[in-house]
Amino acid sequence: MSEIIPHLETQNLNAYYGSTQALEDVSIVIPRNQITMIIGPSGCGKTTLLKCLNRFIELEENARIEGKVLLDGENIYSPSVDVTEVRKKSGLLAQRPYPLPMSIFDNVAYGIRIHRLHSRGQLHQAVQHYLQVAGLWEEVKDRLHAPASQLSIGQQQRLCLARGLAVEPEIILGDEPTSALDPISAQHIEKRLIELKQRYTIVLVSHILRQARRLADYVIFMYMGRVVEAGPAHQVFNNPQHERTRAYLSGEF
Amino acid sequence: MPASHRSKLDRWVQRGFWIFSALPTLLALLILAALWIKSQPILLSHPLKTLLFGSAWKPQKGEFGFLPFISGTIWVTVVALVIAVPICILTALYLSEYTSARTQRLIKPLLDLLAAIPSVVYGVWGVLIIVPWVQNSLAPLLGRWGSILPILTTTNPTGYSVLAGGIVLAVMIAPFIVSIAYEVLQTIPFGLRQASLALGATRWQTIKYAVIPKASTGIFASIVLGCSRALGETMAVLMVVGNVPQIPRSIFDAAYPLPALIANNYGEMMSIPLYDAALMTASLLLLGMVLVLNIFSILALRHVLREKT
Repeated sequence: MSEIIPHLETQNLNAYYGSTQALEDVSIVIPRNQITMIIGPSGCGKTTLLKCLNRFIELEENARIEGKVLLDGENIYSPSVDVTEVRKKSGLLAQRPYPLPMSIFDNVAYGIRIHRLHSRGQLHQAVQHYLQVAGLWEEVKDRLHAPASQLSIGQQQRLCLARGLAVEPEIILGDEPTSALDPISAQHIEKRLIELKQRYTIVLVSHILRQARRLADYVIFMYMGRVVEAGPAHQVFNNPQHERTRAYLSGEF
Repeated sequence: MPASHRSKLDRWVQRGFWIFSALPTLLALLILAALWIKSQPILLSHPLKTLLFGSAWKPQKGEFGFLPFISGTIWVTVVALVIAVPICILTALYLSEYTSARTQRLIKPLLDLLAAIPSVVYGVWGVLIIVPWVQNSLAPLLGRWGSILPILTTTNPTGYSVLAGGIVLAVMIAPFIVSIAYEVLQTIPFGLRQASLALGATRWQTIKYAVIPKASTGIFASIVLGCSRALGETMAVLMVVGNVPQIPRSIFDAAYPLPALIANNYGEMMSIPLYDAALMTASLLLLGMVLVLNIFSILALRHVLREKT
Protein backbone atom coordinates (compact mmCIF):
# COMPACT_ATOMS: atom_id res chain seq x y z
CA MET A 1 0.00 0.00 0.00
CA SER A 2 1.51 3.30 -1.10
CA GLU A 3 1.80 6.19 1.33
CA ILE A 4 -1.23 8.52 1.42
CA ILE A 5 -0.61 12.10 0.30
CA PRO A 6 -2.86 14.10 2.61
CA HIS A 7 -4.64 17.11 1.18
CA LEU A 8 -6.77 17.82 4.19
CA GLU A 9 -6.07 16.67 7.69
CA THR A 10 -7.76 17.09 11.04
CA GLN A 11 -5.88 16.88 14.32
CA ASN A 12 -7.66 16.16 17.60
CA LEU A 13 -10.79 17.90 16.39
CA ASN A 14 -13.57 18.37 18.94
CA ALA A 15 -16.84 20.09 18.09
CA TYR A 16 -19.62 21.13 20.43
CA TYR A 17 -23.13 22.46 19.97
CA GLY A 18 -23.76 24.22 23.26
CA SER A 19 -22.89 21.58 25.81
CA THR A 20 -23.35 18.55 23.53
CA GLN A 21 -20.22 17.20 21.98
CA ALA A 22 -20.69 16.35 18.32
CA LEU A 23 -17.13 15.38 17.41
CA GLU A 24 -14.69 13.75 19.75
CA ASP A 25 -10.97 13.73 19.09
CA VAL A 26 -11.23 13.30 15.34
CA SER A 27 -7.87 12.90 13.59
CA ILE A 28 -8.12 11.91 9.97
CA VAL A 29 -6.33 12.43 6.69
CA ILE A 30 -8.10 13.03 3.42
CA PRO A 31 -6.02 11.87 0.47
CA ARG A 32 -5.46 14.05 -2.56
CA ASN A 33 -7.33 13.37 -5.81
CA GLN A 34 -9.45 10.61 -4.38
CA ILE A 35 -13.06 10.31 -3.34
CA THR A 36 -13.25 10.09 0.43
CA MET A 37 -16.59 9.07 1.84
CA ILE A 38 -17.65 9.68 5.40
CA ILE A 39 -20.20 7.05 6.40
CA GLY A 40 -22.05 6.16 9.55
CA PRO A 41 -25.53 6.16 11.08
CA SER A 42 -27.58 9.36 11.47
CA GLY A 43 -26.33 11.67 14.16
CA CYS A 44 -22.82 10.22 14.15
CA GLY A 45 -21.23 13.57 13.29
CA LYS A 46 -20.58 13.09 9.56
CA THR A 47 -22.13 16.39 8.53
CA THR A 48 -20.52 18.23 11.44
CA LEU A 49 -17.13 16.92 10.35
CA LEU A 50 -17.81 18.10 6.79
CA LYS A 51 -18.84 21.53 8.09
CA CYS A 52 -15.54 21.79 9.94
CA LEU A 53 -13.66 21.40 6.67
CA ASN A 54 -14.89 24.71 5.17
CA ARG A 55 -15.54 26.53 8.42
CA PHE A 56 -19.30 26.30 7.95
CA ILE A 57 -19.45 25.14 11.54
CA GLU A 58 -18.96 28.78 12.48
CA LEU A 59 -22.36 29.63 11.01
CA GLU A 60 -24.12 27.40 13.51
CA GLU A 61 -25.57 28.96 16.59
CA ASN A 62 -23.59 28.02 19.73
CA ALA A 63 -21.07 25.86 17.87
CA ARG A 64 -17.50 25.74 19.07
CA ILE A 65 -14.52 23.69 17.97
CA GLU A 66 -11.12 22.73 19.28
CA GLY A 67 -8.23 21.25 17.36
CA LYS A 68 -6.86 21.84 13.91
CA VAL A 69 -7.93 21.39 10.33
CA LEU A 70 -4.96 21.53 8.01
CA LEU A 71 -5.31 22.32 4.33
CA ASP A 72 -1.98 21.64 2.65
CA GLY A 73 -0.46 21.81 6.10
CA GLU A 74 -1.95 25.18 7.02
CA ASN A 75 -4.50 25.45 9.83
CA ILE A 76 -7.65 26.96 8.31
CA TYR A 77 -8.79 28.10 11.76
CA SER A 78 -5.71 30.17 12.50
CA PRO A 79 -6.66 33.82 13.08
CA SER A 80 -4.58 35.07 10.15
CA VAL A 81 -6.56 33.02 7.64
CA ASP A 82 -9.30 34.75 5.63
CA VAL A 83 -12.45 32.64 5.83
CA THR A 84 -13.55 33.56 2.31
CA GLU A 85 -10.26 32.21 0.96
CA VAL A 86 -10.81 28.92 2.79
CA ARG A 87 -14.31 28.58 1.39
CA LYS A 88 -13.18 29.52 -2.08
CA LYS A 89 -10.83 26.54 -2.03
CA SER A 90 -13.67 24.10 -1.45
CA GLY A 91 -16.80 23.83 -3.55
CA LEU A 92 -19.87 22.68 -1.64
CA LEU A 93 -22.71 20.51 -2.86
CA ALA A 94 -25.54 20.67 -0.34
CA GLN A 95 -28.26 18.08 0.23
CA ARG A 96 -30.57 19.99 -2.00
CA PRO A 97 -29.62 22.60 -4.55
CA TYR A 98 -30.11 26.28 -3.79
CA PRO A 99 -29.79 28.24 -7.02
CA LEU A 100 -29.14 31.92 -6.37
CA PRO A 101 -32.01 34.23 -7.39
CA MET A 102 -30.49 35.07 -10.78
CA SER A 103 -30.08 33.57 -14.23
CA ILE A 104 -28.35 30.28 -15.04
CA PHE A 105 -25.42 32.18 -16.50
CA ASP A 106 -25.13 34.53 -13.53
CA ASN A 107 -25.20 31.63 -11.08
CA VAL A 108 -22.04 30.20 -12.61
CA ALA A 109 -20.54 33.65 -13.13
CA TYR A 110 -21.26 34.63 -9.51
CA GLY A 111 -18.10 33.21 -7.95
CA ILE A 112 -15.98 34.28 -10.90
CA ARG A 113 -17.21 37.82 -10.50
CA ILE A 114 -16.83 38.12 -6.74
CA HIS A 115 -13.28 36.77 -6.91
CA ARG A 116 -12.47 38.56 -10.20
CA LEU A 117 -11.05 35.36 -11.65
CA HIS A 118 -11.58 36.15 -15.32
CA SER A 119 -11.78 39.30 -17.37
CA ARG A 120 -15.13 40.23 -18.81
CA GLY A 121 -14.21 38.87 -22.21
CA GLN A 122 -13.32 35.45 -20.90
CA LEU A 123 -16.35 35.21 -18.66
CA HIS A 124 -18.65 33.64 -21.19
CA GLN A 125 -16.07 31.07 -22.12
CA ALA A 126 -15.44 30.19 -18.49
CA VAL A 127 -19.15 29.80 -17.74
CA GLN A 128 -19.54 27.53 -20.76
CA HIS A 129 -16.55 25.48 -19.68
CA TYR A 130 -17.84 24.80 -16.18
CA LEU A 131 -21.35 24.06 -17.40
CA GLN A 132 -19.78 21.51 -19.73
CA VAL A 133 -17.74 19.96 -16.94
CA ALA A 134 -20.89 19.66 -14.86
CA GLY A 135 -22.68 18.06 -17.82
CA LEU A 136 -25.35 20.73 -18.08
CA TRP A 137 -24.26 22.80 -21.08
CA GLU A 138 -26.22 20.96 -23.76
CA GLU A 139 -29.45 21.29 -21.76
CA VAL A 140 -29.19 25.00 -21.01
CA LYS A 141 -27.13 26.59 -23.78
CA ASP A 142 -30.21 28.11 -25.41
CA ARG A 143 -31.61 29.62 -22.23
CA LEU A 144 -28.59 30.82 -20.29
CA HIS A 145 -30.39 33.96 -19.21
CA ALA A 146 -33.50 32.26 -17.91
CA PRO A 147 -33.92 32.19 -14.11
CA ALA A 148 -32.09 29.24 -12.57
CA SER A 149 -35.19 28.37 -10.56
CA GLN A 150 -36.81 27.12 -13.79
CA LEU A 151 -34.46 24.14 -13.98
CA SER A 152 -35.41 20.72 -12.66
CA ILE A 153 -33.95 19.83 -9.30
CA GLY A 154 -31.43 17.45 -10.88
CA GLN A 155 -30.32 20.16 -13.28
CA GLN A 156 -30.12 22.62 -10.40
CA GLN A 157 -27.75 20.31 -8.55
CA ARG A 158 -25.48 20.14 -11.60
CA LEU A 159 -25.73 23.92 -11.84
CA CYS A 160 -24.56 24.12 -8.24
CA LEU A 161 -21.67 21.85 -9.16
CA ALA A 162 -20.73 24.13 -12.06
CA ARG A 163 -21.08 27.16 -9.81
CA GLY A 164 -18.81 25.59 -7.22
CA LEU A 165 -16.19 24.57 -9.78
CA ALA A 166 -16.14 28.06 -11.26
CA VAL A 167 -14.31 29.49 -8.25
CA GLU A 168 -11.49 27.04 -9.04
CA PRO A 169 -11.49 25.12 -5.79
CA GLU A 170 -9.13 22.29 -4.92
CA ILE A 171 -11.67 20.33 -2.94
CA ILE A 172 -15.30 19.39 -3.51
CA LEU A 173 -17.37 18.79 -0.41
CA GLY A 174 -20.69 17.02 -0.77
CA ASP A 175 -23.27 16.61 1.97
CA GLU A 176 -25.39 13.74 0.64
CA PRO A 177 -25.51 15.58 -2.67
CA THR A 178 -27.76 13.04 -4.36
CA SER A 179 -30.24 12.43 -1.56
CA ALA A 180 -32.89 14.81 -2.92
CA LEU A 181 -32.49 13.68 -6.52
CA ASP A 182 -34.21 11.08 -8.67
CA PRO A 183 -32.09 8.03 -9.60
CA ILE A 184 -31.17 9.29 -13.08
CA SER A 185 -30.06 12.71 -11.80
CA ALA A 186 -28.17 11.02 -8.98
CA GLN A 187 -26.34 8.90 -11.52
CA HIS A 188 -25.44 12.04 -13.48
CA ILE A 189 -23.87 13.57 -10.39
CA GLU A 190 -22.00 10.38 -9.47
CA LYS A 191 -20.59 10.14 -12.98
CA ARG A 192 -19.36 13.74 -12.82
CA LEU A 193 -17.75 13.17 -9.45
CA ILE A 194 -15.78 10.16 -10.71
CA GLU A 195 -14.51 12.22 -13.64
CA LEU A 196 -13.66 15.12 -11.37
CA LYS A 197 -11.42 13.23 -8.97
CA GLN A 198 -8.63 13.49 -11.54
CA ARG A 199 -8.39 17.15 -10.69
CA TYR A 200 -10.03 17.57 -7.30
CA THR A 201 -10.03 16.05 -3.88
CA ILE A 202 -13.58 14.99 -3.14
CA VAL A 203 -15.13 14.47 0.29
CA LEU A 204 -18.68 13.13 0.44
CA VAL A 205 -21.00 12.40 3.30
CA SER A 206 -23.36 9.57 2.56
CA HIS A 207 -25.64 7.21 4.38
CA ILE A 208 -26.18 5.08 1.30
CA LEU A 209 -23.77 2.18 1.60
CA ARG A 210 -24.18 1.09 -1.99
CA GLN A 211 -23.24 4.56 -3.14
CA ALA A 212 -20.18 4.48 -0.92
CA ARG A 213 -19.14 1.14 -2.42
CA ARG A 214 -19.59 2.54 -5.92
CA LEU A 215 -17.68 5.77 -5.42
CA ALA A 216 -15.31 5.62 -2.50
CA ASP A 217 -11.54 5.30 -2.73
CA TYR A 218 -11.08 6.05 0.92
CA VAL A 219 -13.62 5.55 3.70
CA ILE A 220 -14.09 7.09 7.12
CA PHE A 221 -16.58 5.31 9.34
CA MET A 222 -17.95 7.33 12.22
CA TYR A 223 -20.05 6.40 15.20
CA MET A 224 -21.27 8.67 18.03
CA GLY A 225 -18.93 11.53 17.13
CA ARG A 226 -15.82 9.36 16.90
CA VAL A 227 -13.94 7.93 13.96
CA VAL A 228 -14.12 4.18 14.36
CA GLU A 229 -12.20 3.20 11.28
CA ALA A 230 -10.60 4.93 8.32
CA GLY A 231 -8.71 3.48 5.38
CA PRO A 232 -8.75 2.63 1.68
CA ALA A 233 -12.21 1.57 0.56
CA HIS A 234 -11.36 -2.01 -0.39
CA GLN A 235 -9.82 -2.56 3.01
CA VAL A 236 -12.67 -1.09 5.03
CA PHE A 237 -15.38 -2.76 2.98
CA ASN A 238 -13.76 -6.18 2.56
CA ASN A 239 -11.76 -6.54 5.69
CA PRO A 240 -13.03 -4.21 8.42
CA GLN A 241 -10.85 -4.18 11.50
CA HIS A 242 -13.49 -3.20 14.02
CA GLU A 243 -16.50 -5.09 15.19
CA ARG A 244 -18.72 -1.99 14.90
CA THR A 245 -17.71 -1.34 11.31
CA ARG A 246 -18.48 -4.95 10.46
CA ALA A 247 -21.89 -4.66 12.14
CA TYR A 248 -22.69 -1.41 10.27
CA LEU A 249 -21.61 -2.79 6.91
CA SER A 250 -23.73 -5.86 7.34
CA GLY A 251 -26.74 -3.66 8.06
CA GLU A 252 -27.13 -4.35 11.75
CA PHE A 253 -27.80 -0.66 12.55
CA MET B 1 -79.53 7.65 9.86
CA PRO B 2 -80.84 10.76 11.64
CA ALA B 3 -78.31 13.41 12.44
CA SER B 4 -77.04 12.99 15.95
CA HIS B 5 -77.23 15.74 18.49
CA ARG B 6 -73.46 16.17 18.22
CA SER B 7 -73.38 16.78 14.50
CA LYS B 8 -76.36 19.16 14.70
CA LEU B 9 -74.57 21.16 17.34
CA ASP B 10 -71.45 21.13 15.21
CA ARG B 11 -73.38 22.59 12.28
CA TRP B 12 -74.85 25.36 14.40
CA VAL B 13 -71.51 26.26 15.90
CA GLN B 14 -70.07 26.42 12.41
CA ARG B 15 -72.80 28.83 11.32
CA GLY B 16 -72.26 30.92 14.42
CA PHE B 17 -68.57 31.28 13.69
CA TRP B 18 -69.31 32.15 10.10
CA ILE B 19 -71.47 35.06 11.21
CA PHE B 20 -68.84 36.31 13.64
CA SER B 21 -66.15 36.24 11.01
CA ALA B 22 -68.38 37.89 8.43
CA LEU B 23 -69.21 40.79 10.75
CA PRO B 24 -65.95 42.77 10.43
CA THR B 25 -66.07 42.53 6.64
CA LEU B 26 -69.66 43.65 6.68
CA LEU B 27 -68.78 46.52 8.99
CA ALA B 28 -66.05 47.73 6.63
CA LEU B 29 -68.48 47.64 3.72
CA LEU B 30 -71.11 49.48 5.76
CA ILE B 31 -68.65 52.23 6.66
CA LEU B 32 -67.68 52.58 3.04
CA ALA B 33 -71.35 52.76 2.00
CA ALA B 34 -72.21 55.27 4.73
CA LEU B 35 -69.32 57.53 3.76
CA TRP B 36 -70.37 57.31 0.15
CA ILE B 37 -73.97 58.22 0.87
CA LYS B 38 -73.05 61.01 3.29
CA SER B 39 -70.65 62.56 0.76
CA GLN B 40 -73.28 62.64 -1.94
CA PRO B 41 -74.45 66.26 -1.33
CA ILE B 42 -71.00 67.63 -2.08
CA LEU B 43 -70.11 65.11 -4.78
CA LEU B 44 -73.30 66.01 -6.62
CA SER B 45 -73.02 69.78 -6.28
CA HIS B 46 -69.29 70.17 -7.02
CA PRO B 47 -67.38 68.75 -9.97
CA LEU B 48 -64.89 66.10 -8.86
CA LYS B 49 -62.07 68.01 -10.49
CA THR B 50 -62.46 71.10 -8.32
CA LEU B 51 -62.84 68.94 -5.24
CA LEU B 52 -59.64 66.96 -5.85
CA PHE B 53 -57.48 69.64 -7.46
CA GLY B 54 -58.96 72.85 -6.11
CA SER B 55 -56.81 74.54 -3.50
CA ALA B 56 -59.38 76.99 -2.15
CA TRP B 57 -60.79 75.91 1.20
CA LYS B 58 -63.49 78.40 2.07
CA PRO B 59 -66.38 76.46 3.58
CA GLN B 60 -68.33 79.62 4.34
CA LYS B 61 -68.36 80.47 0.65
CA GLY B 62 -69.07 76.90 -0.34
CA GLU B 63 -65.59 76.31 -1.82
CA PHE B 64 -64.16 72.93 -0.95
CA GLY B 65 -60.81 72.19 -2.55
CA PHE B 66 -59.14 69.17 -1.00
CA LEU B 67 -55.76 69.62 -2.63
CA PRO B 68 -54.09 71.24 0.42
CA PHE B 69 -55.13 68.30 2.56
CA ILE B 70 -54.26 65.64 0.00
CA SER B 71 -50.87 67.19 -0.60
CA GLY B 72 -50.35 67.67 3.15
CA THR B 73 -50.99 63.97 3.67
CA ILE B 74 -48.61 63.02 0.88
CA TRP B 75 -45.88 65.41 2.06
CA VAL B 76 -45.89 64.17 5.63
CA THR B 77 -46.01 60.54 4.52
CA VAL B 78 -43.19 60.92 2.01
CA VAL B 79 -40.96 62.70 4.54
CA ALA B 80 -41.68 59.96 7.09
CA LEU B 81 -40.82 57.25 4.57
CA VAL B 82 -37.62 58.97 3.44
CA ILE B 83 -36.47 59.05 7.06
CA ALA B 84 -37.76 55.65 8.15
CA VAL B 85 -37.21 53.31 5.20
CA PRO B 86 -33.40 53.27 4.93
CA ILE B 87 -32.95 52.98 8.68
CA CYS B 88 -35.63 50.31 9.03
CA ILE B 89 -34.38 48.14 6.19
CA LEU B 90 -30.83 48.29 7.50
CA THR B 91 -32.09 47.46 11.00
CA ALA B 92 -34.04 44.47 9.71
CA LEU B 93 -31.01 43.29 7.72
CA TYR B 94 -28.74 43.69 10.71
CA LEU B 95 -31.11 41.84 13.01
CA SER B 96 -31.73 39.02 10.62
CA GLU B 97 -28.30 38.59 9.08
CA TYR B 98 -25.69 39.73 11.57
CA THR B 99 -26.90 39.19 15.11
CA SER B 100 -27.10 35.93 17.01
CA ALA B 101 -30.42 34.30 17.69
CA ARG B 102 -30.08 35.34 21.32
CA THR B 103 -29.76 39.04 20.46
CA GLN B 104 -32.69 38.72 18.09
CA ARG B 105 -34.84 37.28 20.85
CA LEU B 106 -33.86 40.25 22.99
CA ILE B 107 -34.25 43.12 20.53
CA LYS B 108 -37.34 41.99 18.63
CA PRO B 109 -39.77 42.36 21.58
CA LEU B 110 -38.33 45.78 22.35
CA LEU B 111 -39.05 46.91 18.80
CA ASP B 112 -42.54 45.48 19.00
CA LEU B 113 -43.03 47.43 22.19
CA LEU B 114 -42.50 50.66 20.26
CA ALA B 115 -45.60 49.80 18.26
CA ALA B 116 -47.63 49.63 21.44
CA ILE B 117 -46.94 53.18 22.60
CA PRO B 118 -50.20 55.22 22.31
CA SER B 119 -50.06 57.69 19.49
CA VAL B 120 -50.88 60.66 21.72
CA VAL B 121 -47.69 59.95 23.66
CA TYR B 122 -45.74 60.27 20.45
CA GLY B 123 -47.61 63.50 19.87
CA VAL B 124 -46.58 64.92 23.22
CA TRP B 125 -43.00 63.86 22.58
CA GLY B 126 -43.22 65.59 19.22
CA VAL B 127 -44.50 68.85 20.72
CA LEU B 128 -41.98 68.86 23.56
CA ILE B 129 -38.88 67.67 21.71
CA ILE B 130 -39.19 67.50 17.94
CA VAL B 131 -40.98 70.79 17.26
CA PRO B 132 -38.43 72.88 19.24
CA TRP B 133 -35.60 70.89 17.68
CA VAL B 134 -36.89 71.61 14.20
CA GLN B 135 -37.43 75.25 15.08
CA ASN B 136 -34.13 75.91 16.83
CA SER B 137 -31.67 73.55 15.18
CA LEU B 138 -32.81 71.95 11.95
CA ALA B 139 -34.44 75.00 10.37
CA PRO B 140 -31.44 77.31 10.85
CA LEU B 141 -29.07 74.53 9.78
CA LEU B 142 -30.84 73.30 6.66
CA GLY B 143 -32.52 76.61 5.80
CA ARG B 144 -29.21 77.91 4.50
CA TRP B 145 -29.58 75.69 1.44
CA GLY B 146 -33.10 76.99 0.85
CA SER B 147 -31.97 79.13 -2.06
CA ILE B 148 -30.59 76.06 -3.85
CA LEU B 149 -33.14 73.48 -2.75
CA PRO B 150 -36.60 75.09 -2.50
CA ILE B 151 -37.91 72.28 -0.29
CA LEU B 152 -35.62 73.57 2.48
CA THR B 153 -36.88 77.15 2.42
CA THR B 154 -37.77 78.44 5.87
CA THR B 155 -40.63 80.91 5.92
CA ASN B 156 -42.44 79.35 8.84
CA PRO B 157 -41.01 80.67 12.11
CA THR B 158 -42.56 77.92 14.24
CA GLY B 159 -41.34 74.34 14.34
CA TYR B 160 -44.83 73.01 13.60
CA SER B 161 -44.15 71.66 10.16
CA VAL B 162 -44.16 68.84 7.64
CA LEU B 163 -40.72 67.86 8.92
CA ALA B 164 -41.83 67.60 12.55
CA GLY B 165 -44.82 65.50 11.47
CA GLY B 166 -42.58 63.36 9.27
CA ILE B 167 -40.06 62.71 12.04
CA VAL B 168 -42.74 61.71 14.54
CA LEU B 169 -44.44 59.53 11.95
CA ALA B 170 -41.15 57.92 10.97
CA VAL B 171 -40.58 56.78 14.53
CA MET B 172 -44.15 55.51 14.73
CA ILE B 173 -44.11 53.41 11.56
CA ALA B 174 -40.56 52.11 12.10
CA PRO B 175 -41.53 49.11 14.24
CA PHE B 176 -43.97 47.93 11.59
CA ILE B 177 -41.52 48.18 8.73
CA VAL B 178 -38.71 46.55 10.70
CA SER B 179 -40.95 43.80 11.97
CA ILE B 180 -42.37 42.82 8.59
CA ALA B 181 -39.07 43.17 6.73
CA TYR B 182 -37.43 41.02 9.41
CA GLU B 183 -40.09 38.33 9.12
CA VAL B 184 -39.69 38.33 5.35
CA LEU B 185 -35.92 37.91 5.68
CA GLN B 186 -36.44 35.04 8.08
CA THR B 187 -38.45 33.14 5.46
CA ILE B 188 -35.40 32.92 3.22
CA PRO B 189 -33.83 29.49 3.54
CA PHE B 190 -30.50 29.29 5.30
CA GLY B 191 -29.28 27.05 2.48
CA LEU B 192 -29.41 29.97 0.07
CA ARG B 193 -27.08 31.99 2.23
CA GLN B 194 -24.82 28.97 2.62
CA ALA B 195 -24.74 28.50 -1.14
CA SER B 196 -23.31 31.96 -1.53
CA LEU B 197 -20.97 31.78 1.47
CA ALA B 198 -19.64 28.42 0.28
CA LEU B 199 -18.34 30.14 -2.83
CA GLY B 200 -16.24 32.43 -0.70
CA ALA B 201 -18.62 35.38 -0.81
CA THR B 202 -18.54 37.74 2.13
CA ARG B 203 -21.59 38.26 4.30
CA TRP B 204 -22.37 41.55 2.61
CA GLN B 205 -22.04 40.07 -0.89
CA THR B 206 -24.37 37.29 0.20
CA ILE B 207 -26.91 39.80 1.48
CA LYS B 208 -26.64 41.95 -1.61
CA TYR B 209 -26.79 39.27 -4.29
CA ALA B 210 -28.67 36.40 -2.67
CA VAL B 211 -30.79 37.61 0.24
CA ILE B 212 -32.07 41.01 -0.89
CA PRO B 213 -33.11 39.97 -4.41
CA LYS B 214 -34.99 37.02 -2.93
CA ALA B 215 -36.68 39.24 -0.32
CA SER B 216 -37.26 42.35 -2.43
CA THR B 217 -41.01 41.90 -2.96
CA GLY B 218 -41.56 41.31 0.73
CA ILE B 219 -39.42 44.26 1.73
CA PHE B 220 -41.41 46.36 -0.69
CA ALA B 221 -44.62 45.13 0.94
CA SER B 222 -43.32 46.11 4.37
CA ILE B 223 -42.69 49.64 3.10
CA VAL B 224 -46.14 49.89 1.57
CA LEU B 225 -47.69 48.71 4.81
CA GLY B 226 -45.71 51.30 6.75
CA CYS B 227 -46.88 53.86 4.23
CA SER B 228 -50.53 52.99 4.71
CA ARG B 229 -50.13 53.30 8.47
CA ALA B 230 -48.51 56.70 7.99
CA LEU B 231 -51.40 57.89 5.83
CA GLY B 232 -54.00 57.15 8.46
CA GLU B 233 -52.09 58.23 11.56
CA THR B 234 -54.00 61.13 13.09
CA MET B 235 -53.31 62.18 16.62
CA ALA B 236 -49.54 62.52 16.77
CA VAL B 237 -49.31 64.19 13.39
CA LEU B 238 -52.09 66.63 14.10
CA MET B 239 -50.30 67.77 17.22
CA VAL B 240 -47.07 68.76 15.47
CA VAL B 241 -47.86 69.54 11.85
CA GLY B 242 -49.32 73.05 12.21
CA ASN B 243 -52.72 72.49 10.61
CA VAL B 244 -52.72 75.31 8.07
CA PRO B 245 -54.80 74.55 4.97
CA GLN B 246 -52.15 75.37 2.37
CA ILE B 247 -50.15 73.42 -0.15
CA PRO B 248 -46.71 72.99 1.49
CA ARG B 249 -43.73 74.08 -0.59
CA SER B 250 -41.00 73.21 1.87
CA ILE B 251 -40.49 70.66 4.62
CA PHE B 252 -40.52 73.56 7.09
CA ASP B 253 -44.00 74.70 6.00
CA ALA B 254 -47.02 73.81 8.04
CA ALA B 255 -49.40 71.32 6.51
CA TYR B 256 -52.87 69.98 7.14
CA PRO B 257 -53.24 66.26 6.42
CA LEU B 258 -56.65 64.69 5.82
CA PRO B 259 -56.92 62.81 9.13
CA ALA B 260 -56.17 66.03 11.04
CA LEU B 261 -58.84 67.87 9.07
CA ILE B 262 -61.44 65.30 9.99
CA ALA B 263 -60.43 64.97 13.64
CA ASN B 264 -60.18 68.71 14.23
CA ASN B 265 -63.44 69.73 12.66
CA TYR B 266 -65.94 66.96 12.93
CA GLY B 267 -68.64 67.97 15.33
CA GLU B 268 -67.83 71.64 15.04
CA MET B 269 -68.96 74.26 12.57
CA MET B 270 -71.69 71.90 11.46
CA SER B 271 -73.97 74.85 10.80
CA ILE B 272 -72.03 75.59 7.62
CA PRO B 273 -73.88 73.96 4.75
CA LEU B 274 -72.12 71.00 3.15
CA TYR B 275 -69.33 71.03 5.74
CA ASP B 276 -70.48 67.71 7.09
CA ALA B 277 -70.50 66.22 3.60
CA ALA B 278 -67.05 67.68 2.92
CA LEU B 279 -65.57 65.92 5.93
CA MET B 280 -67.21 62.68 4.82
CA THR B 281 -65.62 63.12 1.43
CA ALA B 282 -62.26 63.62 3.15
CA SER B 283 -62.80 60.36 5.02
CA LEU B 284 -63.74 58.63 1.82
CA LEU B 285 -60.57 59.90 0.12
CA LEU B 286 -58.42 58.75 3.02
CA LEU B 287 -60.05 55.35 3.19
CA GLY B 288 -59.62 54.97 -0.55
CA MET B 289 -55.90 55.77 -0.39
CA VAL B 290 -55.27 53.38 2.50
CA LEU B 291 -57.36 50.66 0.91
CA VAL B 292 -55.46 50.80 -2.36
CA LEU B 293 -52.11 50.61 -0.57
CA ASN B 294 -53.18 47.73 1.63
CA ILE B 295 -54.46 45.70 -1.28
CA PHE B 296 -51.15 46.40 -2.98
CA SER B 297 -49.10 45.15 -0.07
CA ILE B 298 -51.27 42.10 0.54
CA LEU B 299 -50.84 41.08 -3.08
CA ALA B 300 -47.08 41.57 -2.83
CA LEU B 301 -46.80 39.57 0.40
CA ARG B 302 -48.92 36.79 -1.07
CA HIS B 303 -46.55 36.70 -4.01
CA VAL B 304 -43.60 36.27 -1.62
CA LEU B 305 -45.24 33.47 0.32
CA ARG B 306 -46.15 31.61 -2.83
CA GLU B 307 -42.62 31.85 -4.15
CA LYS B 308 -41.30 30.47 -0.91
CA THR B 309 -43.17 27.17 -1.25
